[in-house]
Amino acid sequence: MSGLGAAAGPGWQRDSGGLSLLAEEPHGAAPVDFLQELPSCQSARRRRGGTQERRAAPLGTNGSRGDAARALLQENGESAERPARERPVCMADKRRARDSQQAETERLSRWEKWKRTSSKSLKKALSEVKGLSSYLVLWRRDIRSIEGKFGTGIQSYFSFLRFLVLLNFIIFILMFSFVVLPTIISTFGLFNSTVAYIPPKNIDVICTIYKPSGNKGLVYFYTYLKDLLSGTGFLEVTSLFYGYYSIDAVRISIMRYNLPLAYLLATFAYLALSFLWIIKRSVEGFKHNLVHDADPFQSYCNKVFAGWDFCITDPNAARLKHRSLQYELQMDLQEEKLKQKIAERRTKEKLRIYSLRIFINIIVIAILSGCFYSIYRVTVFSQENSNDIGNANSQVNLLVQYLPSMVITLANFIAPLIFAFLIKFEEYTPAFEIKLTLLRCVFVRLANIGVLLFSLWSQISDCGSDKCKPCGYNYKLYPCWESDVGQEMYKLMIFDFIVILAVALFVDFPRKLLVTHCSWKLVQWFGDKEFAISDSVLEIIYGQTICFIGTFFSPLLPAIATIKYFIIFYVKKIVLIHTRKPAARPVRASSSNFFFLVVLLIGLLLAFVPVGFSIARIPSSKACGPFRNFNTSWEVIPDTILQFPTGLQQFLFGISSEAFAVPFFVILCIIMFYVIALARAHKRVVEQLREQLVLESRDKMFLIRKITEAQK
Amino acid sequence: MGGSASLIPRDLLSEYQELTFLSKQEILLAYKRFSELLPKEEKENACSARVPKSQILMLPELRANPFQQRICHVFSTSEAEDDSMSFEDFLDMLSVFSDSATSDVKSYYAFRIFDFDNDGILDRKDLEQLVNCLTGQGEGSRLSSAEMEQLIQNILEESDIDKDGTINLAEFQHVVSRSPDFASSFKIVL
Repeated sequence: MSGLGAAAGPGWQRDSGGLSLLAEEPHGAAPVDFLQELPSCQSARRRRGGTQERRAAPLGTNGSRGDAARALLQENGESAERPARERPVCMADKRRARDSQQAETERLSRWEKWKRTSSKSLKKALSEVKGLSSYLVLWRRDIRSIEGKFGTGIQSYFSFLRFLVLLNFIIFILMFSFVVLPTIISTFGLFNSTVAYIPPKNIDVICTIYKPSGNKGLVYFYTYLKDLLSGTGFLEVTSLFYGYYSIDAVRISIMRYNLPLAYLLATFAYLALSFLWIIKRSVEGFKHNLVHDADPFQSYCNKVFAGWDFCITDPNAARLKHRSLQYELQMDLQEEKLKQKIAERRTKEKLRIYSLRIFINIIVIAILSGCFYSIYRVTVFSQENSNDIGNANSQVNLLVQYLPSMVITLANFIAPLIFAFLIKFEEYTPAFEIKLTLLRCVFVRLANIGVLLFSLWSQISDCGSDKCKPCGYNYKLYPCWESDVGQEMYKLMIFDFIVILAVALFVDFPRKLLVTHCSWKLVQWFGDKEFAISDSVLEIIYGQTICFIGTFFSPLLPAIATIKYFIIFYVKKIVLIHTRKPAARPVRASSSNFFFLVVLLIGLLLAFVPVGFSIARIPSSKACGPFRNFNTSWEVIPDTILQFPTGLQQFLFGISSEAFAVPFFVILCIIMFYVIALARAHKRVVEQLREQLVLESRDKMFLIRKITEAQK
Repeated sequence: MGGSASLIPRDLLSEYQELTFLSKQEILLAYKRFSELLPKEEKENACSARVPKSQILMLPELRANPFQQRICHVFSTSEAEDDSMSFEDFLDMLSVFSDSATSDVKSYYAFRIFDFDNDGILDRKDLEQLVNCLTGQGEGSRLSSAEMEQLIQNILEESDIDKDGTINLAEFQHVVSRSPDFASSFKIVL
């Protein structure tokens, strides 16, 4: 290579700063500029596609323009392939570089020329299409303007919201086209379709009695409202709930559409689809996190060099960003000191802190169990009391119906406040504090739903004194228990929506008004609230988990969720722009995207449990729904398989038998261990390479020093 | 020309598309924004006019940016060294700050922006100025000198591979290429 030779030539002059530094301090510490001329560095640069070209050197090296141009030409030989726009030079130089590239193409054969021009026009067309398709993306402009005003952290929240709208819409399309549409077609007799009911066999008549409390005669407007809010009355037997789909098969001319099978498969499909989609989205972030975590040496550089969000245009947001950066840097420095302190802690202190932590964790568990117990009691109470229509004081009835939703919302609201207060005594590092509080909040929100479902389940299968002998479930209270669960989910969803709207309308806006028009110190301190991303995200993930669980029991829930998130997007946008200020502790886009998806994934996995349990274990209700003739919903699958040809049957049963499952599991384990070992080996290699790098750089320094001494 | 006053000639437009990372709409939008900065009589030939620095700094996209002076300086090709910007300089800037620019171009210009004394390396003084820009210029918002010392020490420890007490371009690009947030934060949306 001519790297060192060029150092004496004109090409060297362009790094005027480094040169002058060298000239001033011959024995100085910095012959680093040799580093850039070294073969290894140049090849690395070429690989990465960066050039060291600079526009006319800023520090008075007159006449360096010509040098730069010459160097540019020299560069051309090396990297003629690279498009001109990837050069870090000004437009005029770029144009020159392109022209010289074009001049080079003149010399090429006709075939080459044709290849280049055609690839160029193809690229152009592609970019055109891309530009047009970007118009189709939902909320592109809104999200861009939010990003421009408040930075990428908050933008990631709104992108997440958009993702949920899309996900729910796809789930809705799925459920609609495979479950709702066939039913509508058959009930209205379109396309010569007929409905086939299979008479129930071997089932007690008692089980099939299902008389939804539809309203008859004169109905007050209020009752309509109540029914709309709680999913009872006129809403109970509509396509909104499971109980409506009491059809065994749809015949469209000669085709037979097996509705129960379709219902079950659509359920599996939406769960699998959400699972795969979330996994696919989070893989990117996971990789990022893996790389990032392996690199703890870079936290300060990351904060300083990539700290400023150049998107910010709002002066207020900029002031906050300044403050948050200052806060963050100070926190990090303090944390470093704190860690040193922790390392120096004596046994006595350690003992004190650990016992304190254990004590606080016990308090946390006590609060959690208190929440769970009250939810359980309230659910049981509401289930027992809302069904007897005798005390038809409908206001009280509505209140009773909504009691579980209210208690859950209250628990979701209060528990995080207590946790945030308690965590201060535990003396963790600030970063860990935030993570732990978040973890506890996630646990509260998701576990609350779990407890609600558990208490519903305990009611449904409450089999004391032979109450459910003939049917396998408590048929007197729940003739169609799937619809009841669906109603419960529907209520939770609606109530969550109402709460979000109400908080925006009755808390955020009055507060903003107070703060702007009242200058008392107390009000000021209390007033300005931050836009807490993690809380808002937990809120919508909670709603999404309800949707995941409820879609099986209420196939049109995704449609409601889509509309709900669609409205929430605008509400949150207005709240953000008009009332809140961004959080003092910023959320980093790279880590938060991943975090959102992980919590959503936990929610989805939580949804698998009750849905799977009610499909496979709880006897399906005999009075309504597509699975009236099956013992459990799952039985549709074996039933269908039995109608297949024998070869296929044996194959499928073989796959599901233990003889296949155990070896399969073992092989999976082996693969997993292999991958884990591979990952460890890679980690080791990375460490070794890093050490080698340090050594290399030291060697390089030594050699360069020798060369500079020899040159003199 | 294109008929309407707010249009760039077609061949020039496609040339800009080729030489920058911007899409057609973005270039047209940039043109519109740029010509708004010009006085009335110069609007006709906006492609060749220069906008003084004070006008550029009024842009809302740069108004809140603590590095506005540096950005102007780095992207200006003015012979008079007054940091004024032509339309092509403006496009250069937007191209570097666009979504699709390569991270090498971005990190190169980031280095130049952070290099306050234009000497081709980031030394302690540059870093101190950089941190001050980040935390704000007010008295209350600066880090104390001990904190600053500690912070710069930490930064150098992380990024100064050859241990010469300064960060050169190669080291900077190396560090930035591993920073997860750099590409998402180093952009300006018009």
